[in-house]
Formats: sequence, C-alpha cells, structure tokens
Amino acid sequence: MSSQTAQPAMTDESLSPSSKSHGDSVFKGLSTGSGVLIVVILAAVAIFLIVQAAPALTHQDFPLGDGSNGGILSYVGPYLFGTLYSAVLALVLAVPIGVGIALFIALYAPRRFASGLGYVIDLLAAVPSVVYGLWGLQTLSLILQPVHRWLGDYLGFIPLFGGRVSGTGRSMLTAVVVLAVMVLPIITSMCREVFLQVPDRQIEASYALGATRWEMIRQVVFPYSQSGIISASMLALGRALGETMAVAMVLSAARVVNFSIITSTSSGTIASNIALSFPEATGLTRNLLIATGLVLFVITFVVNFISRWVVARRADFSGAN
Amino acid sequence: MSNSTSQQLRQHEPAPTDLERLFSDSLTAARLPRFTSLGLLVLSFAVAALFDVITGHNGLARLAVIGVLLYLIVHFIVARAVEGGRPATDGLARDLVTLAFIVALIPLISLIFETLKQGLVRFDADYFTKSMWGVINTGGGAAHAIQGTLIVTALSTIISVPIGLFTAIYLVEYGHGRLSRAITLLVDVMTGIPSIVAGLFAYSLFVLIVGVAQARMGFTGAVSLCVLMIPYVVRSAEEMLSLVPNSLREASYALGVTKWLTIVRIVIPTALSGIVSGVVIAIARVIGETAPLLITAGFVNWKNPNPFSGEMTTLPVFVYNQVMVPGVPQQPFYDRAWTGALVLILIVMVLNLLGRFISARFSPKTKK
Repeated sequence: MSSQTAQPAMTDESLSPSSKSHGDSVFKGLSTGSGVLIVVILAAVAIFLIVQAAPALTHQDFPLGDGSNGGILSYVGPYLFGTLYSAVLALVLAVPIGVGIALFIALYAPRRFASGLGYVIDLLAAVPSVVYGLWGLQTLSLILQPVHRWLGDYLGFIPLFGGRVSGTGRSMLTAVVVLAVMVLPIITSMCREVFLQVPDRQIEASYALGATRWEMIRQVVFPYSQSGIISASMLALGRALGETMAVAMVLSAARVVNFSIITSTSSGTIASNIALSFPEATGLTRNLLIATGLVLFVITFVVNFISRWVVARRADFSGAN
Repeated sequence: MSNSTSQQLRQHEPAPTDLERLFSDSLTAARLPRFTSLGLLVLSFAVAALFDVITGHNGLARLAVIGVLLYLIVHFIVARAVEGGRPATDGLARDLVTLAFIVALIPLISLIFETLKQGLVRFDADYFTKSMWGVINTGGGAAHAIQGTLIVTALSTIISVPIGLFTAIYLVEYGHGRLSRAITLLVDVMTGIPSIVAGLFAYSLFVLIVGVAQARMGFTGAVSLCVLMIPYVVRSAEEMLSLVPNSLREASYALGVTKWLTIVRIVIPTALSGIVSGVVIAIARVIGETAPLLITAGFVNWKNPNPFSGEMTTLPVFVYNQVMVPGVPQQPFYDRAWTGALVLILIVMVLNLLGRFISARFSPKTKK
C-alpha cells in the first residue's frame, strides 16, 4: 500500500516539519479519490439509467403505433434494427475508403505532405455533429436525390434499392453516407498509425523478393495490421451506433423494419428516436426512452469492449517487441 | 531520424538505375512514359464530356463519375498491355488509394463551402448581440445560445479538469495495482459512451435530486458534458505526465523533496503545455455536442444567465431547433441555423489551432 511512496516520505519526515508529509497524504488521497470517482461515475451512469428505466422494463402496454400494445422489447425492436443496419452499412462504405486513405497518407503520398494530409482528414472529425446533420439535410440529400432515382430505376430488383424512391433524399442512404463521413477520420487516423508501425525489415524483405508496392502491402502491411484495422472498425462502429443528431436530422424516421435504403420511410435509430421524442415526452414514455438508451449503452459497451480486447490481444502476441 | 528513414523506405519504389532503364525499355519490361496517367485522365474526361454532349445529359457529378471510371479501366488495360499484369495491378492500387483520398475531400469541401455561403448571410452584429425574444421570422440572433454554450462549457471544464488531471496523476504517479488497471479500462469505456446516453444519465440524476420540473437546466447539461470530457482530459494528461523523464523526479527526491511537491513543482510544470493543449482540444470536442444538451439543457428564446434554474439554450441546440422547427417563412430560420453552424465550426477550429499552438510554443525545450 505505501511501499511505492515510502522512501521519499521517510526522507521528508527526518528533514522537515510534518506538515509536508501531511500534504503528501492529502495529495495522494485526492488523486486516488479522482480515480475512484471515475469508477463511481461510470457505475452511476449504469445505475441511474437502470433506476429510471425500471418502470418501463416491466410495463407491457406501450402503444406500438399500429393499434396494438406491447412491452419494451417489441417497442425497441425496430429501432434496434435501424441502429445496427445504419451503422453496419456506414462501415461497409467507410472502411474500404478509410483504409485506402490511410494507405495513401502512410505509403503513397509524398513524405513532405503526409502530416498535412492527415490533418486535412482530421478536420472531418472536428466538425460538430449538428453541422453534419444540417449539411446532410439541406445539401447532401439534394445532391443524392438523383442517385436515389437512378438506383431505384436500374437496381430496383435488389431489395436494398427496392420500394418507392424518396422524393426528398431524406433516406437511409443519405444518413448512411453522413455517418460514413463522420467515422472516416477515426478509421483513417488509427490505421495510419498502425501502418507506420510495420517493421521496416519486413518491408525491405518483401521489396528484396521483387514485390511491387501493392504486393508488399498485401504480403506485409495487411497481415501485420489486421487486428489494428479490425479494432479501428469496431471503434468506428461504436461511434456510428451512438451517433444521434445527424441521423435524427437527415432521416424521416418511422418505427418500421425496412431493408430498402432509398424509400422515404426508414427505420429510425435508438439514439435519434430519443433525441426526437425525449424533449416532449412525459411520464412513462420518458422512462421507456431511458430504457432504450440503456439498450444502446449496453450495445456500445460490448462493441467497445471487443475492440479493446482485440487491441490487447494483439499487444500480447505481437512479434514487434 | 529513424522515423524519416522508415518513411523513406515506405516511399521506396524499386527505382531502376540508368543501366537497368536502358535494358528495361527494350528488353525486360517496358514502362509506360511518365505522363501517361495524366494524359489518360484528361482523355477520359474528354470522352466522358463528349458522351454527355451526345446523350444530352449534363451535370458535374455524372461527368466526374464516368470520367474516373473510364480512366481506371483504360489505365489498367493500357498498363497491362504494355507493362504486364503485376505492374498493372500495382498501378490500379495506386489509383484507387489516391481516389479514396480525393473522395474523402469532397464532403469536406462541400460542407465548408455551403457553411460559408449560407452562414455568411446572417453573420452580422445582430446575430451576436440579440436573442430570439419576440422574433417571429426575420432578424433576431443567437446571443442567448452563444452565452449558454459558454456557460455550460465553462462549468463542465471547471468540473472535468481537476477530476481528469488528478486521475491522470494517480495513474502515472501512484497507481500500479488492480485499481489503476480498472480505471484505465473504464476510461477507455467512457470514451465510447454515446453522447445521448451521457445526456440521459445527467437527466436521470437530476430528476432524482431536484425532481422532474427543475431537472432541465444549464448545470445538468454541464454534468452530461463532463461524462464526455473527463476521459479526453485523462487520456491526454496521462500521456503528457508519463513523458516527463524519471531523472527529473529522481533528482527532486534526491534533494529531499516530498512526492507531492515533486509532482506539483517538477512534473506538472514540465508537462503543463501538453496538459493545457489537451484540455483545449477536449473543450473543442465537447463544445459542439448537441444530443445531450437537447435532453438536459433544453431550449428557450431568451437569455438565461443562471445555470442552476430554468432551461438554457446552447448554440448546437439552437441550430437544431432553427432547422427542425422553422416558422413561416422558413428561410430566416435556415439562415440563422447556417450562421450558427459557421460560428460553431469557427469556435472548434480556433480551439484546435490554439491547442496546437500552445503545445508547439510552450513545450519545454528539452527534446534530447
């Protein structure tokens, strides 16, 4: 308990008044207390959410909008689908582009510009989400509306692009593009860091065997950074799952399960539903929304945990050290 | 030094010597001339434009998509015919990663352009001095929202910085056991909490403390931002404190200085610029948060300088409200929203630059 501080403290007691060592223990108490406070805060987040959600967890009588009533699970189901669906689609779009950008910055771009180009991509992370929402709603949806029409006309036979084409562009497709743009800097900055850690010897060895740069990337860079890329994608997934404002503003959401991404009624997400409904909600509805927040908390917790676990496992087995 | 050589290595391209080039041109492997890519790109776009003229379509996006696709295909085929399969694949990969970067720039440029274009319409003195009190359509401003954002962010900074800093000190200077591992893990988990969940937490907390009627106030918003801000502060401060060389601490102990005075007089001053810059960047990250404040701080049309009583508008929530619940006609509301977006982006940019400036300008000059 006191072994790590014993030496300086003892020296102090023999040389100067005891007030100083008093300060020492106060200071140690303060910093330990702050550390414990963080544990308490996180526990409090879980406990207060559970306490406030409790009344809704057992109630079986929420109107589901289609005339029938049901419990929390049947209420949150479609939103859960929307949350997972939009986040996964955003990742499908963002991961290849994000990894490509990281490759470009780390391995292709002229050395002088590399950090500058990285900063440009980081700018995307600095834009507040409400600004993304505004841009998605008033600019991107208009730009993408013809794309919706084109997809509906020519690829309508695929369920992804089926149904009645949205006339406003406020669809899942636009929301997914906005989400993808928002998580892009997370993927890029993390992958770039991993790519720069690839041991030079392996790169050299690959070139020495006559590999082109792309072959070197496939033989050396990708196998080495596999877990880094997975972990970056999971972090991005966590962010996309919890993103609220952009989806709330862009999507004209409903409580439905809809696989098509170009129709005007899309599946809302848990977070956006809370943001849209909470300010006006009262009584039990408020408890219900907090309960859905609890569901979201658990999902993102699991996703982030898996991501950390992948990184930790890599650190254990990495041959780099 | 080692970093730059490694960079060089990564940039390395099996560059042929003069002799090799002499042979490779004629005998082993032909290389495409240097400006082939550029030439093909121009050609592809010319063909795409011609195609547009013939079919009677137009539009920049369409032209760009067709032109780029055409270029990728033609470049690959030409390279394959002249250089062979492997170099052609290599060239295609290069084209694709470059394309990925350019594609990412499009939303950034579009967003900045639109925000400037539409945001400058109402970027005037009224916007920064008037509230929305009594405003039905045109005029008005966001002074109340800017004031609210400053109050809420300042409060959450005042709460988060000591907690975050002391936790970082604990992790670096005191903690070695199970508790410190648990805290490190939980800080990581906290980084991933969705902002709306942080809002729900603060709201639930204050409902239990002061009741449903009073729960929505500036201070509740500040507490929700704390949940988001503390992990950022801990992370950056921890990193900066562990950069302080151990020899400094040992020199101080050797002079008989106590541990806490060593931390206060030696460790923190050495790491101060990094810590301050980390705090500034943490502020930049939470100042644009919308979802938690929508739930916790609420929305009113007038100035409310008291964070402990009554709802308080913040700038992001103001932007959200102007867009989602516009009056008639809608345009003045949209204009105010875009100006709010512009102000938000400016604030975040200034804070980020300030953070970088502080860490570059005031960091101790003991690099070796």
